[in-house]
Amino acid sequence: MLAWLMPEQASVQAPRVDAIFLALTAISGAIVLLVVGLVVAFSIRFRRGSKANRDALPSLVAREFEIGWTAATLFVFVFIFWWAASAEIRAYVAPKDAIEVHVVAKQWMWKTQSSNGAREINELHVPVGAPVRLILTSQDVIHSFYVPAFRLKRDALPGQQTETWFKATKTGTFHLLCTEYCGTDHARMLGRIVVMEPEDYARWLSAQPEGDDLAHAGERLFAERGCAGCHAPGSGVHAPGLAGLWGREIPLAGGRTATVDGAYVRDSILQPKRDVAAGYEPIMPSYDGLLSDGEIQELTAYIRALGAGPRASRTPGRPPLSSRVPGAARDRSPAMVPGAPVDDGPAPAGAATRP
Amino acid sequence: MSAGLAESPTALADRGELALGLPESYLAAGHTLGSWLTSTDHKRIAILYAISITVFFFLGGAAATMVRLELFTPKADVVGADTYNKLFTLHGVIMVWFFLIPSIPTTLGNFLLPLMIGARDMAFPKLNLASWYLNILGGLLTASAMLAGGIDTGWTFYVPYATVFSNSAVSLGVLGVFVSGFSTIATGVNVIATTHTLRAPGMTWFRLPLFVWALYTTSLIFVLATPVLAVTLLLVVAERAFDLPIFDPARGGDPILFQHLFWFYSHPAVYIMILPAMGVISEVITCFARRRVFGYTFMVYALLAIAVIGFFTWGHHMFTSGMSPFAALVFSFLSFIVAVPSAIKVFNWTATLYRGQIGFESPMLYALGFVGLFTVGGLTGLFLASVPIDVHVQDTYFVVAHFHYIMVGASVSAYFAGLHFWWPKVTGRMYPETWAKFAAILMFFGFNLTFFPQFIAGYLGMPRRYHVYPPEFQIWNVLSSSGAAVLAVAYLMPLGYLTWSVLFGERARNDPWNASGLEWRTTSPPPRENFLGKPEVLAEPYNYHPEGAPPVKDQPRIPAQGSLT
Amino acid sequence: MSAAEKLLLREPWDGLGLPEESALARQRAGATFGIWIFIASEVLFFGAIILLYTVMRLEHPDAFAAAARETNLVYGTLNTALLLTSGMLAAVASRMNEGAGARRTVLWCLAATAGLGLAFLAVKGIEYREDIGRHLVPGPGFPLPQPPAQLFFAVYWFATAIHGIHLAIGIGLVARLAILGWRDPAFLPDNPQVEVSLLYWGFVDIVWIFLYPLLYLPGRAG
Repeated sequence: MLAWLMPEQASVQAPRVDAIFLALTAISGAIVLLVVGLVVAFSIRFRRGSKANRDALPSLVAREFEIGWTAATLFVFVFIFWWAASAEIRAYVAPKDAIEVHVVAKQWMWKTQSSNGAREINELHVPVGAPVRLILTSQDVIHSFYVPAFRLKRDALPGQQTETWFKATKTGTFHLLCTEYCGTDHARMLGRIVVMEPEDYARWLSAQPEGDDLAHAGERLFAERGCAGCHAPGSGVHAPGLAGLWGREIPLAGGRTATVDGAYVRDSILQPKRDVAAGYEPIMPSYDGLLSDGEIQELTAYIRALGAGPRASRTPGRPPLSSRVPGAARDRSPAMVPGAPVDDGPAPAGAATRP
Repeated sequence: MSAGLAESPTALADRGELALGLPESYLAAGHTLGSWLTSTDHKRIAILYAISITVFFFLGGAAATMVRLELFTPKADVVGADTYNKLFTLHGVIMVWFFLIPSIPTTLGNFLLPLMIGARDMAFPKLNLASWYLNILGGLLTASAMLAGGIDTGWTFYVPYATVFSNSAVSLGVLGVFVSGFSTIATGVNVIATTHTLRAPGMTWFRLPLFVWALYTTSLIFVLATPVLAVTLLLVVAERAFDLPIFDPARGGDPILFQHLFWFYSHPAVYIMILPAMGVISEVITCFARRRVFGYTFMVYALLAIAVIGFFTWGHHMFTSGMSPFAALVFSFLSFIVAVPSAIKVFNWTATLYRGQIGFESPMLYALGFVGLFTVGGLTGLFLASVPIDVHVQDTYFVVAHFHYIMVGASVSAYFAGLHFWWPKVTGRMYPETWAKFAAILMFFGFNLTFFPQFIAGYLGMPRRYHVYPPEFQIWNVLSSSGAAVLAVAYLMPLGYLTWSVLFGERARNDPWNASGLEWRTTSPPPRENFLGKPEVLAEPYNYHPEGAPPVKDQPRIPAQGSLT
Repeated sequence: MSAAEKLLLREPWDGLGLPEESALARQRAGATFGIWIFIASEVLFFGAIILLYTVMRLEHPDAFAAAARETNLVYGTLNTALLLTSGMLAAVASRMNEGAGARRTVLWCLAATAGLGLAFLAVKGIEYREDIGRHLVPGPGFPLPQPPAQLFFAVYWFATAIHGIHLAIGIGLVARLAILGWRDPAFLPDNPQVEVSLLYWGFVDIVWIFLYPLLYLPGRAG
């Protein structure tokens, strides 16, 4: 019965959300029963002309009742708040070893790109039991990335990045829905999340064509847009080198420190004068408006790759990225055409067999 | 001055009363269209509003019917995607801005506020009339947007979709809402000034009926929240019409800023819809329980607390938009706190029933239904205030069900409760009680059948604003659509029997319910000047029984009428 | 009841059954109270614009400073002076109108207030023409390289246009008082409409005092 009324639980967050939901349902049910019960009981007992006792209540009783139920509701509500808030805080920060997936939403499709190179449309393959960090953005209007089975939702905003993460606990195929109204085919902006056993995932991944991944594109941009003129090793300009910088805590002018992460890199590109690294002059111009969000993502990925050593951002045990399956990414997704219904058949064991 | 009017065959005033030398009723003071359209009488303006919001209600209702019809099956078989998007937008825009927000304050509120505080009219009668014209102008603009191809943005007008991407008549529709915003500001100014300056001698602040308090707190929100919406919508128009890059992310604008500004208005707007409803229910329950309201001062402070705290909870509409976890916690906390005064009110209504002499006339049936539906709607608000649950159900049918329980289940029930309760005073006629009871019960069950399944569909993950949906949600949508059919019948019934009663209903006595309020201390319908003499208030409100003495059984108040013939 | 007071007393205040003196006093109190509530509403209206500006400026401080340097400081300052003077004259008119003695002064002050308001709009019009001539309108051909500078000018055009509309309404109200007062000697003295109109004028005045530093002064220090 319950399984019929609740969506499948397929992430670590799902049972937590459901626990709060069920508790809240129980409390609410009790309150509704209390109120409706009292209303019905009073309506019968004190119906017009009945023989019930109607003497006046002492005013002290009235006051105590009033204060009593105010305090009781306040207590119950604050308790629920505390419980829900602590669950929210626990779920906020993604684990450090998470697979990073960039999600770009556009009318009316989802494009995903893993840090390990896999690119998909309206699909996302992930291994079971591994944390996955999503970095979302949109190319046009606001969309929202919703996977009911994971109890996961995050808006994809144009011009900004948002983040969330999940850890799948069950293999299978799950709905990916758009929940922020985005125009004509909003209802058809569907996709699917395919959760696979690690071995199946490895097999699937090795069958992916290696395209231009983010870091490579970033490397090209680094040269094209003139970043290399100052930041490349051996440049004549006094600017910080970027190799090995990722994830470190660096001192800033003014005695503060900052951790080099996606947000810091983005800020340094767009508002270079805000957090200047200690020992450097604030001479870098702002690239605000000159770089698209996608390009900033690519540059960030490049800097990240520099920090972790070239192409070694994968944790051991993950499959290597080397395969050459013919066919562009478009051909591999069941629903590239906006508006086309997504085929919800069983997950393929591996994409290598598909053209 | 009454000579020509008393002769009129359509005069609704009781001829017997006229013969006694009583002043003619406000309904008899002119029968031309012009006498209505230029009247500064708050009672006539209330009737004008009642007619216009009824038209908008059935227009919005027709759109909702189409939406529910389409959702009967998972496939798109009645309308296409674009038409569907325009239909739910039309439903939302019309229902929110042209029915729900003006519903109780401008009809019952406009009619009753001066009567309840013993005044002759509102403080600014011309402004009152102007506000109706602004409302109509806004409604016409929005309706012309529908003729010009419709709007497909949803009633929230989220940018950048509404500014850059939508090809529909957004500017026209948004301008309509903008204009109607000035109408609500005018009403708010009028209500606040009237309550402050025109109370009758002896009508102290803590002798005001709770309905007046509810109108007063609603007007505070009218005055302080609506201008923010006005600016926000004007910015959308400026961006569309003059290409000013206000929210355009491609030029550095911030679409989230729009959401903050929009919800700063639109969350308090929910309280605009529910506070007057609470006021109506307080009047009806006390009258039919024959008891003083339980905890009057707590009820007043609860209204004020809801109005004030309600301004600081808007962020819970945006938990999934990437707001900082700290901000999310603050908004979550405040959203829980704002539920406490609502809970106090529910308990106090229930306690008012205790040791009463409860009668079950149709206004009371609507009111009891209100208490149940409001409790469910309010409690599901707690689910949405909890961040982890909100992340899951945001923008799903769970949210749709929640706000319909508050805005339709509670507010519209209260509107019908008030409409039936004060109908004898407004029209001077009684309506057929049996039909009214039947409609009230049908409405309650039809409503629950329509919207309770949506809670389940929502938790299962059905997103809102989908015209096609995964087939596993069909069972819930079929239930919901069937309920909508019942609900449509229940809403059409009052239109029929109330219209009938205006023409053929039995004449109402001055105080058919033996109610205690000042508004019953005049003729039904009241004269233009509202009262025959100068009213003076000597006692607390809801004086249904002496302090410390039990309420007594009253005579049955109205003859039972079983049929329309 | 004197003819003038009968003229001034309106619905529903004439039905209170009070002596005309106190009925008129209550009408005046009610009218003033009403306009204060409306001004509170308007504060939120302009408050939202200023909030919008603040958030955008915090997000793009450099572009906003660069863009604000493109505005014409001379016209802006001149307009501030015009409007402040008009505000002073409005206050004088409101004050002198208590009692019947100073009708000529009140008339002159009202006329000058409206005149200075018109001068403000004229200067604003010249400034707009110059701005358009320099392509300081968001869109293609905008002279500044940073896209967020267009945001600044979007707010500039929006805020000044909205303020201009408010001012035009104010000019209409004040001019109406001056004309009616000039025609009918009994119209102005103790009329609540004077205080109501001039309170509105004062509010529009104050809005400009906020807009001026926000739109003209950033990026100009040092």
